[in-house]
Amino acid sequence: MPAVIAENIVKRYGKKKDTVEALKGISFEAAEGELFGIIGPDGAGKTSLFRILTTLLLPDAGKATVDGLDVVKDYKEIRNRVGYMPGRFSLYQDLTVAENMEFFATIFNTSIEENYNLVKDIYSQIEPFKDRRAGKLSGGMKQKLALSCALIHRPSVLFLDEPTTGVDAVSRKEFWEMLRKLKQQGITILVSTPYMDEASLCDRVALVQSGQLLSVDTPAGVRGAFGKPLLAIRATKMLPLLDNLKKAEPVIDAYPFGEFYHAVMQPGYDEAALRNYLGQKGHEDIEIHSIEPDIEDCFMDLMKN
Amino acid sequence: MRTLKFLLQKEFRQIFRDPAIIRILFLMPLIQLMILPRAADYEVKNIRLSVVDHDHSDYSRQLISKVTASGYFQLDNYSNSYALGMDAVEKDKADLILEIPANFEKTLVKEDQATLFMAINAINGVKANLGGAYLRTIIQDFNQEVRMEWIQFPRFSPELKIAITSSNWYNPSMNYRLFMVPGILVVLVTMVGSFLTSLNIVKEKEIGTIEQINVTPIRKYHFILGKLIPFWVLGIVVLTLGLLLARFAYNVIPQASLLTIYVFSAVYLLAVLGLGLLLSTYTANQQQAMLLSFFIMMVFILLGGLYTSIDSMPAWAQWLTKINPVAYFVEVMRMVILKGSTLSDIKPQLAVVSAIALVLNGWAILSYKKRA
Repeated sequence: MPAVIAENIVKRYGKKKDTVEALKGISFEAAEGELFGIIGPDGAGKTSLFRILTTLLLPDAGKATVDGLDVVKDYKEIRNRVGYMPGRFSLYQDLTVAENMEFFATIFNTSIEENYNLVKDIYSQIEPFKDRRAGKLSGGMKQKLALSCALIHRPSVLFLDEPTTGVDAVSRKEFWEMLRKLKQQGITILVSTPYMDEASLCDRVALVQSGQLLSVDTPAGVRGAFGKPLLAIRATKMLPLLDNLKKAEPVIDAYPFGEFYHAVMQPGYDEAALRNYLGQKGHEDIEIHSIEPDIEDCFMDLMKN
Repeated sequence: MRTLKFLLQKEFRQIFRDPAIIRILFLMPLIQLMILPRAADYEVKNIRLSVVDHDHSDYSRQLISKVTASGYFQLDNYSNSYALGMDAVEKDKADLILEIPANFEKTLVKEDQATLFMAINAINGVKANLGGAYLRTIIQDFNQEVRMEWIQFPRFSPELKIAITSSNWYNPSMNYRLFMVPGILVVLVTMVGSFLTSLNIVKEKEIGTIEQINVTPIRKYHFILGKLIPFWVLGIVVLTLGLLLARFAYNVIPQASLLTIYVFSAVYLLAVLGLGLLLSTYTANQQQAMLLSFFIMMVFILLGGLYTSIDSMPAWAQWLTKINPVAYFVEVMRMVILKGSTLSDIKPQLAVVSAIALVLNGWAILSYKKRA
């Protein structure tokens, strides 16, 4: 049975005339032991979705189950079984690392010793600072503490809301490494992130935009579904190049991507003709590579259709 | 039980780690109790008097020295034209003008009666009222003396006279401090109870920790008890501190047993904590909670009978004081400390405050939701 099932979830904010539909009917399933990514820009509805699944928010329509339990009816039991790490650091800043751990272990009716082996990898990194107040930790350490606290009761499903936002590149990498290890322990992990490069680290990803699911697939599947040739283009006079590319006949879409521009092409385009066209527009040193799309390209494509 | 124990441990740790809170908790009662009862005094002194004397006679001088000798008035201005006296009032250099007409002495001796004129600056109502009353009493006294001097009373007075002697029960020397100290203690306990509780819970909302708590299987009543008990204890500590200060700084010794005060305070604190709890469920951040608590406290204290007597309020305001816990506590404190009332005497007040506590806490628990 899937660990998380969402069926047509709708959430509206505001009253009467001034309502905002944050979630417009979202449905997906996350299998047991899966590392499931929810990728989307700010304001896509990721946090609302997580708050509904963790029983903090009631959906306006639709049904969802976590670990086979209904999020509206069986919310009490769900709270025993899920771990939630909100996007904002929300542990007690005036309690020490050890006190925070002990506190969360106790309210889940367990102890640090009981589940130490689960959190060992993560907690051992911050254990040297266990008498330091949580508010005085660095960003990366705060995040490790928050993850340890969310794990201390050995949850069967772990919800991580934008855990890597505002964290440096090295810590981000470390964090994903930790998630992979947790997955091996059989914990289902739902993680949301605005960073598309992180999508390829998930087993499956759901792309969300303005409250709607654009696709749910494995990272490879998402890339495979792209179905159009993609070029990386670089030349002199980069500024007018983008405009010129957008005006070109076989180019469906063009956007900046690192030091190149990515151009989505019509199937059966003529590279020589494109090179010729750009040359006419006064660009020199034209570099054109045919490339494989990555998740970000796919997302840009899905967003525009 | 174990959960509650840990919640309490956490709460106390957090309180004691905030040095500002501890300082405020211990300094606030100290400062308030040391300063306010000495300053907030109903007796009006230093009323600035402007005398306009058109007579310059022996009697007019006697009258003036009698007025100034009373200690309530200070002679700031002595002139012989009303315009000059009024000028002093307009410049706020005098509160009261006493005008002595020309031939005051002459008419008094010859015709057995004379008139004086009194003009009062009524901007400060209390001062005007009391100043006028004091002056009237002094002039009456003076009148009596003059009569004694001039009229030979027959053996039995032809006029009927009623002499009144009074004694002030429960506060024989009309010591205002005895009256104010218990009241100020009430304000202190009330502030600790409602401000701290509401701010504490709203703080958890503000920094997001409540989100993390809400997603745990912790029970609603555990969480609420975990918040109420620490501040209940702090309230009792502040009360004890205040009673000790009252004992040693003002020699306020309760006439009845301290136990009565503590029993009532225990219930009263529950009501105030319930109010704090309720405020915190309806506010989203500490600023809102602070402003709202402040507003409610102002109303409670001004309608609580601490500074103005409830009996002299209009009927509708008296009705409002019936649901004001502060009014009951002020009343009970004064009853116990000054009059020596026992538990059975304060039963009605205890019943009402228990009801208020029940309603406020019940309402707060119902409106506190672990999810939106």
